[in-house]
Amino acid sequence: MKTTQILIAGFGGQGVLFAGKFLAYKGLTENMQVSWLPSYGPEMRGGTANCSIVLSDSPVGSPIITSPDVLVAMNLPSLQKFVDTVVPGGQIFVDSTLIDMKVERDDVQVFYIPATQLAKDAGFSSLANMILTGKVLKESGAVPFEGNQQTLEAFIPAKKANLIDANLKALQIGYDY
Amino acid sequence: MAQKVLMKGNEAIAEAAIRAGCRHYFGYPITPQTEIAAYMAKKMPKIGGVFLQAESEIASINMVYGAAAAGMRVMTSSSSPGISLKAEGLSYIAGSDVPALVVNVQRGGPGLGGIQPSQSDYFQATKGGGHGDYRMIVLAPASVQEMASLTIKGFELADKYLMTSMILADGTIGQMMEPISFEDTEIKTFEKPWALTGTKCARKHNVVNSLYLKPEELEVKNFERFERYKVVEENEAMWEEYMMEDAEYCVVAFGIASRVAKNAVVSARKEGIKVGLIRPITLWPFPKQALLEAADKVKGFVCVELNMGQMIEDVRLYTQCKKPVSLCCRCGGMIPSPEEVLESIRKAQKGEF
Repeated sequence: MKTTQILIAGFGGQGVLFAGKFLAYKGLTENMQVSWLPSYGPEMRGGTANCSIVLSDSPVGSPIITSPDVLVAMNLPSLQKFVDTVVPGGQIFVDSTLIDMKVERDDVQVFYIPATQLAKDAGFSSLANMILTGKVLKESGAVPFEGNQQTLEAFIPAKKANLIDANLKALQIGYDY
Repeated sequence: MAQKVLMKGNEAIAEAAIRAGCRHYFGYPITPQTEIAAYMAKKMPKIGGVFLQAESEIASINMVYGAAAAGMRVMTSSSSPGISLKAEGLSYIAGSDVPALVVNVQRGGPGLGGIQPSQSDYFQATKGGGHGDYRMIVLAPASVQEMASLTIKGFELADKYLMTSMILADGTIGQMMEPISFEDTEIKTFEKPWALTGTKCARKHNVVNSLYLKPEELEVKNFERFERYKVVEENEAMWEEYMMEDAEYCVVAFGIASRVAKNAVVSARKEGIKVGLIRPITLWPFPKQALLEAADKVKGFVCVELNMGQMIEDVRLYTQCKKPVSLCCRCGGMIPSPEEVLESIRKAQKGEF
């Protein structure tokens, strides 16, 4: 039985929920059992947002994640809040453009990716989320990297299909970093 | 099998309702169920249905009453404080014996409370809420797929027994996305000879009313209604049993709490504790028989709820207090972690209830 619990956290507007949805759809295209649970409520407006994704080869029990295997932190408050909840042996992905803090735990793998800067350099400043996601796909092995186009086509509405290319490029940047 | 898509629990309810033939939705927005109304607002005009945002919850439940009396498959949805406002209408609908579907995506209370998930409307849903002797069929989904399947089931049971079916969900299941497929299930429909559809001067007129001023008449109405309720209790209880075959301890939980509890049961089994789970799917009728039979097998029960302990009263009642029952609960929008539930199971094993 293989189950990966992924928590993505950041500011509202950074695409936290979108990145989570992408991972959930990745799982779905791989015929995995998945759940996606957003934080909701007043804290989303200009404040912090997070979402929990469970990817599993057996039915998902609780969709609520208290101890993630993978944490993606897109701002400092999120890293501070969740750093200690990651399971020993887990992975933490940090947007090092926005977060100065270094993780002091030595029982987890930490990846510092200047995702916001990389996104800016590539000309799509809003896709730091997908750059980080590309790195998550590479390092976590939760779902294969292949088939991203198919997944994006499955849930990006046709009238926004022009965004698919940029998302694919962002994923690749993260994967190659 | 149909293609699986990811959908929020709230959207699954709305899509399932449309597939079940519901063409009338009346509501008033409230977090965390607003996606239901949003979905209906988008879809209903395209399929010749009615979406109406009423001026209040009270207005919307009375619109449901009217459409139900006219024989339509009709629904409303709200969250806890909004359901309190609808309580009067729920009682009138029950007193008039017309079918309707009402969704409560619960949030923390009492009062305005908060907007995070809760199960603290168990009493309100299963024991009344409105005035008078009446029952509602209460369905408690634990997944997005069940949000859909129980919505369809709810419409069918409502029509069959001329009652309100309530979907008692919570903010988590409403907001979360899971894969769901809408298989081509046959939708059952029912003749409604009592409905107010116009006599066309060809039949005696029908009356839908809950006013009976003669006590002997009102009593008979109540007796008849409870005969019907008895049939529901005998035939419609639904529940899921998980790892109960050799269980020495039994966790009882519904909805989102049952998902957390399942994780805890799996962990406890790894520690060698023989524990299982009974998940009521209908909260009314309560799966009495399953609980009573378990009471003869297990050493004790752990009831897990997102409230201060409401279903636990029914667990004690229907196990006839044969075995001790402990409570593992969080409330106000908090959810117990699997570790908290596991700790309660460990305590039960040590005889601490």
